[in-house]
Amino acid sequence: MSETAAGLLFVASLIVALAVVHRPFGDYMHRVYTSPRHNAAERGLYRLLGVRPDAEQSWGVYARALLAFSLVSVLFVYGVQRLQDKLPLSLGMGPVTDHVAWNTAISFVTNTNWQAYSGESTMGHLTQMAALAVQNFVSAAVGMAVAIALVRGFARHKAGTIGNFWVDLVRGTIRILLPIAFVGALVLVAGGVIQNLSGPHEITTLTGGAQAITGGPVASQEVIKELGTNGGGFYNANSAHPFENATSWTNWFEIFLLLVIPFALTRTFGRMVGQVRQGYAILAVMGVIALGSVLLTNAFELSGGGTVPQAVGAAMEGKEVRFGVSGSATFAAATTLTSTGAVNSFHDSFTPFGGMMTLFDMMLGEVAPGGVGSGLYGMLVLAVITVFVAGLMVGRTPEYLGKKIGPREIKLASLYFLVTPVLVLAGTAAAMGSERQRASMLNSGPHGLSEVLYAFTSASGNNGSAFAGLTVNTPWYDVALGLCMVLGRFLPIVLVLALAGSLAVRSPVPEGAGTLPTHRPQFVGLVVGVTVVLVALTFLPALALGPIAEGLS
Amino acid sequence: MSTPVRERPAPEKADGRVSGGLLDPRQLIRALPDALRKLNPVTLRRNPVMLVVEAGAAFSTVLAVLGPSLFAWAVVVWLWLTVVFANLAEAVAEGRGKAQAATLRRARTGTRARRLTSRAPAEWDVVAAPDLRQGDLVVVEAGEVIPGDGDVVEGIASVDESAITGESAPVIRESGGDRSAVTGGTRVLSDRIIVKITQRPGESFIDRMIALVEGADRQKTPNEIALNILLAALTVIFLVATATMQPLAIYSRSVNPGGPDSLALTGDGVTGVVLVSLLVCLIPTTIGALLSAIGIAGMDRLVQRNVLAMSGRAVEAAGDVSTLLLDKTGTITLGNRQAAGFVPVAGVGEQDLAEAAQLSSLADETPEGRSIVVFAKQRYGLREREVHGARWVRFTARTRMSGVDLGDRQIRKGAATAVMTWVREAGGHPADEVGHIVDGISASGGTPLVVAEKGRVLGVIHLKDVVKQGMRERFAAMRRMGIRTVMITGDNPLTARAIADEAGVDDFLAEATPEDKLALIRKEQEGGRLVAMTGDGTNDAPALAQSDVGVAMNTGTSAAKEAGNMVDLDSDPTKLIEIVEIGKQLLITRGALTTFSIANDVAKYFAIIPAMFAAVYPGLDTLNVMRLASPQSAVLSAVIFNALIIVALIPLALRGVRYRPSSAAKLLSRNLYVYGLGGIVAPFIGIKLIDLIVQFLPGMS
Repeated sequence: MSETAAGLLFVASLIVALAVVHRPFGDYMHRVYTSPRHNAAERGLYRLLGVRPDAEQSWGVYARALLAFSLVSVLFVYGVQRLQDKLPLSLGMGPVTDHVAWNTAISFVTNTNWQAYSGESTMGHLTQMAALAVQNFVSAAVGMAVAIALVRGFARHKAGTIGNFWVDLVRGTIRILLPIAFVGALVLVAGGVIQNLSGPHEITTLTGGAQAITGGPVASQEVIKELGTNGGGFYNANSAHPFENATSWTNWFEIFLLLVIPFALTRTFGRMVGQVRQGYAILAVMGVIALGSVLLTNAFELSGGGTVPQAVGAAMEGKEVRFGVSGSATFAAATTLTSTGAVNSFHDSFTPFGGMMTLFDMMLGEVAPGGVGSGLYGMLVLAVITVFVAGLMVGRTPEYLGKKIGPREIKLASLYFLVTPVLVLAGTAAAMGSERQRASMLNSGPHGLSEVLYAFTSASGNNGSAFAGLTVNTPWYDVALGLCMVLGRFLPIVLVLALAGSLAVRSPVPEGAGTLPTHRPQFVGLVVGVTVVLVALTFLPALALGPIAEGLS
Repeated sequence: MSTPVRERPAPEKADGRVSGGLLDPRQLIRALPDALRKLNPVTLRRNPVMLVVEAGAAFSTVLAVLGPSLFAWAVVVWLWLTVVFANLAEAVAEGRGKAQAATLRRARTGTRARRLTSRAPAEWDVVAAPDLRQGDLVVVEAGEVIPGDGDVVEGIASVDESAITGESAPVIRESGGDRSAVTGGTRVLSDRIIVKITQRPGESFIDRMIALVEGADRQKTPNEIALNILLAALTVIFLVATATMQPLAIYSRSVNPGGPDSLALTGDGVTGVVLVSLLVCLIPTTIGALLSAIGIAGMDRLVQRNVLAMSGRAVEAAGDVSTLLLDKTGTITLGNRQAAGFVPVAGVGEQDLAEAAQLSSLADETPEGRSIVVFAKQRYGLREREVHGARWVRFTARTRMSGVDLGDRQIRKGAATAVMTWVREAGGHPADEVGHIVDGISASGGTPLVVAEKGRVLGVIHLKDVVKQGMRERFAAMRRMGIRTVMITGDNPLTARAIADEAGVDDFLAEATPEDKLALIRKEQEGGRLVAMTGDGTNDAPALAQSDVGVAMNTGTSAAKEAGNMVDLDSDPTKLIEIVEIGKQLLITRGALTTFSIANDVAKYFAIIPAMFAAVYPGLDTLNVMRLASPQSAVLSAVIFNALIIVALIPLALRGVRYRPSSAAKLLSRNLYVYGLGGIVAPFIGIKLIDLIVQFLPGMS
C-alpha cells in the first residue's frame, strides 16, 4: 500500500470511529451535565469542599469560583515542584527552579502543557502523578464546564444563573474523564505503553554506550494527556517516545482520544439547546476545517518539498519510522487543531508549508474541534461574530439560537477574539525585537522567526506543542510564555462566562422565515469562511516573513 | 407659505424595491466645506476607524516633511483624501436634511399668535408663537398660520398642511373627535377655530421635525453601537498586526543584508509611510466612513416617504418586526362596503332588480348607496337618470331602510328584517328563498340589503368590503420575509374571516376593542416578537405606546401622535409595510458594506506584502498576483483604491442596498455573492487598473 493510500485509510478510519461514538457519547455528556442527581462519591466531595451542589450561580460567581480553584491549583503545583526533593518518589531529583516551576504550574493549570523541562530528568513520580496528572484531569474539566455554561446561556430564558461550577467540575472529572481514562489506559498498556513506578534503569545500548531509561506511570498519564487535550508528555520526546506511543495503532488510538470529546461536545450542545441540527452545523464547521487541515498537512508532507526530502525520497527528518510521514502529519494536524500539543514528530522539521499548517491550526483559535470545552466555546464565539455580520445582511437585528446579539454580546465576543492574536503578536514582536531573546533561536532566517512565532502561538492558544529549535528554558521565555498562557486561558474564559450570563437573561426570539437559518450548509460555509479569513488577515504579515517566505524561496 | 417643502415620494419601481433619492454631484461640492470642518479630531472622535486614519495621515505628513519624496507625498495626499471622503459621505447625508430643515424653519419663525384672554367676549393679546404655553387658547382665522401644535376646541376649518406633509389638498379640522389635532406652521384656509395649545415651548412638531431631518440629536442605535464595537475591535487587531510586524521586518532585513534599501523597507524596518498605508488599507475604512451616512440616509428615506421617525431605534426596530397589526378599514379594504352583486329571487330578472336597486339609491349619498348606483351602471349599463316627481324616503335608524316613491311604485331597500316586515305589512309573502340568500351573503362576510317593491321582494344586494388591489401580493411578500400580518376589525368573526381569507392575512382579531388590541400586542411581545401597528384615535394611544413600532397618522389626535414613535404625514396606513422594508434595508446596507470592507483586505495584502518584503525574500514576489509595477506603485494604488471606493459607494450608502422581500436564506446568499465575493474580486481589478496609471508617475520605479 502506498504511503498516500495508507494515510487516507488512517484518516478515514478515524472519521468512522468518531462518527460511531458521536451520538451516544454526546448524549451521555448531555445527561451528565443536566441530570439533577448526584452520586455518593460526588456528594462526599461536595461536603468536603463545603459547596451546595443544587445552588445555581450567576456568571460572576461561577467565574470567581473557577478563578479561585485555578489559583489554588497553580499554587499547589508550584509548591509540589519546589518541594519535590522532600516528598516521596522523587527519584532523587532536586527542586524545580522557580521560573520553570511557575511556567509548568501555569502550563498545566491552563490546559496548555507547554513543557519548559524534560520530564524524565526533572520531575519525580509524585510530581508527575499528584501535581501534573491531576491537573490534566481538572483543567480539562474546567474547559468543559465553561463550554457547558455558555451553552446554558443560549439554552436558558430570562435566567440569572448559568449552573454551578463545582458540580460541572466534579461531574466532568468523575463521570466523563476518569472512566474513559481508566479503560483507555488499559488499552494503551495492551498496546505496549508502560505503567510502573520504577526508577531509572541503566542499560547498555547496541553501540555499547550506557543509557538511563526511566520507567513510570506512563499509560495512566498518556491517556488523559490525549483525552483532556493536554499534551504534556511523561518523557521529553512526548508521543514520539516508544514508551508513550508504541505502535502505529496506539498512534491511531491517541489521535482518536484527543478528538473524541471536542467533537462529541457539539452533540451535547445540540441536545442542550434543544436543536440537534444546530450541533451538527457546528460539528460540520469543525469537521470541514479539520479535514481541510489534515489533508493539506498530509499533502505538504507527502509531497516533501525541499532539497533533502527529495534526495531521500520522503520528508522523514524528525519523524518516527513506525508512524511514517502520514501518521506524523495527521497527528500534527490533530494535536494543533485541538489544544493538545502532544507531538509524535518534530514540527520544526516539517516542510515549510506543513509547519505553517500546524501554526495556522493554532491561530484559528483551536476551534476545529479545539480543546475539550475550549474548542466549543471558541467556535460558538466565532459563530456569534459570523451571525452578527450575516444577520445584518438579512435585515434584522442578528440573533443566534433565538438570542439577540446586541452591543454587549458583540463587545464580549470581540474582546474574546482580540486576546489571542494580541498576545501572540505582541509576544513574538517583543522576542524578535530583543537581541538576547533572538539568541535562543537555533535557526536563523525565516525558519528562526517561525520558531518564535510558534512558541507564542502555542502558549497563547494554550496548545503547548513546541516547534522545537528554540531554547525556551530561559527565565525570560518562561515568564513571558507563562503570562501568555495565563492570559490566553483566563481572559477568554471570563469573557465567555460574561457572554453566557448576558445571553441567559435574554428572552428568546421565535424563529421565522425572516430568521437567518444557522443550521444549513450556507451558514456552515460562512462560519468557515469568516474564521479562516479573519485569522489569515490577522496573521498574514507574520506568516509571510516566516513559513511563507521559507516555502516560496 | 404653500410651497411644498418635500419632494414627493419617489415612484415605486415595478419590482417593489424601495428606492431612494439620487445623488447629485453638486451635493458633493456643496458638502465639501462641511467635510473639511469635520476633520477636527474632536468631531471625528465619534468614529474610531476614521480617527485612526486621520492620526496616520498626520503622522505620515510629518514623515513626508522630514524625508520628502514624491511617493511619500502622494501617499500623504491620498490618506488625507480618505478622511475627507469619509466626512463627505456624512456631510452629503446631512446636507439633504439641512435643506429641508431650512424651509421648515421659515414656517416657524415670525408667526404671531392671538392668545385669548377671556372666552366669552372674545378678547386676545398678540404674542410671538414661541412664547405660547401649554394650555393657552389661541384663535386662528382664515389666512393665518396656526402658531403651535394643539387641538381644535371650537369651530371647524379647512387647513393647508402642505408645509408639513407636502400635500396641497386642504384637510378639515374640527373640534372633538379624531380630527381635532392641528400642527403649528400650517395655515387655516377658511373659517375660524380656537386651538388649545398642547406643546411645550420649543418642542413643537416642527421643532422635532427640524431636529430629526438635520440629524442634530442623532443617537446611535443599539445595532450601530454593536457594529462600531466590532469595527473598533478589527481596527485594534490590524493596529497590533501592523505594529508588531516591525520587529519582524527589521529582523528579516538584518538576516538578508544584501539587498538595497527601498522606499518600502530599510534597515530600520518598513518605512513609516508604508506602515501607515498598510494599516489604513487593512482597517475597515469603507464601512467606517459610510456607517453614519447609512444611518442618516435611512432616516432620510423615511422622511422622503413622509414618515417621521422619532428615533433611529424605531427605524431599526421596524426591520425586526415580526407581527404587523393592520386595521381592516382603510388599510386592507377600501374603507366602505360596496355593491358587488345583485341576487334576484325566482321570477325576477337581474336587470329588473338592478334597475330597482339603482332607482332606490339615486338620492342615497352614503358611500354604499353611491356604490349601488355605480355598480348598476357598470355591470348592467343603467345610466343614472333624472327622475321627476319622486318622493325620496330617507334612511332612519327606526325604519332601517330607504327608497323612493315614484308614482304608484314604492321601492325600498334596507336591512332584511325591516324590509321583510314592510313587505308583509303590504300584504306580501316573501318566499323562504329570500332568507336563504340573505344568510348566504352574511355567511360569506358580506352585507345583504333586501330590495322590495310594494308587497314583493325583488332580490338582495350583496354589499361587501372590497380589498385593496395588490394587498394579497404584499402580504405574501411579508410572509416570505417572516412577518405575520394580523387584521384588526370591529366586524363579527364571520365577516372578519371572509375578508381575512380574501386579503390573505395570516390571522385576524374580530370585534376588537382597544383593550383586545393591547392584549394581543402584549401576547405577541411575550413570545419575543416585535409588533408594529398604525393608529389614529385617542383610544389607540395605549396600543401605539405598547407596540415596538407605532405609526400614528398625522390626521390623528395629539394623544396618538404622542404615543407612537413614528408619524405618517400622509396618513396612509399601508405605509407600515414600506417602513418595515426601509428598516430592513438599513440593516442590510450596513451588513453588506461591512462584509465588502473586510473582503477587500485580501487583495490589499496581495498588493502590499510583496511590495514590502519581496526585496528581502524574492520568493514572496509570487504573491504579487496582480503583477503590480513596483513596490511604490503597489502601495500607492492600494491606498488610492481604498480612498476612491468610499466615494464610489456613497450613492449606495445613501440609496441603500437593493432589497427584495424574500426569505432570510435567499437574501443572505445574494448579498454574500455580491458583497462578499464581489468584495474579494473588486479590489484586485481596481488596484490593478490604478496601478496601470500610477506606474507612470515619477518616482514609482
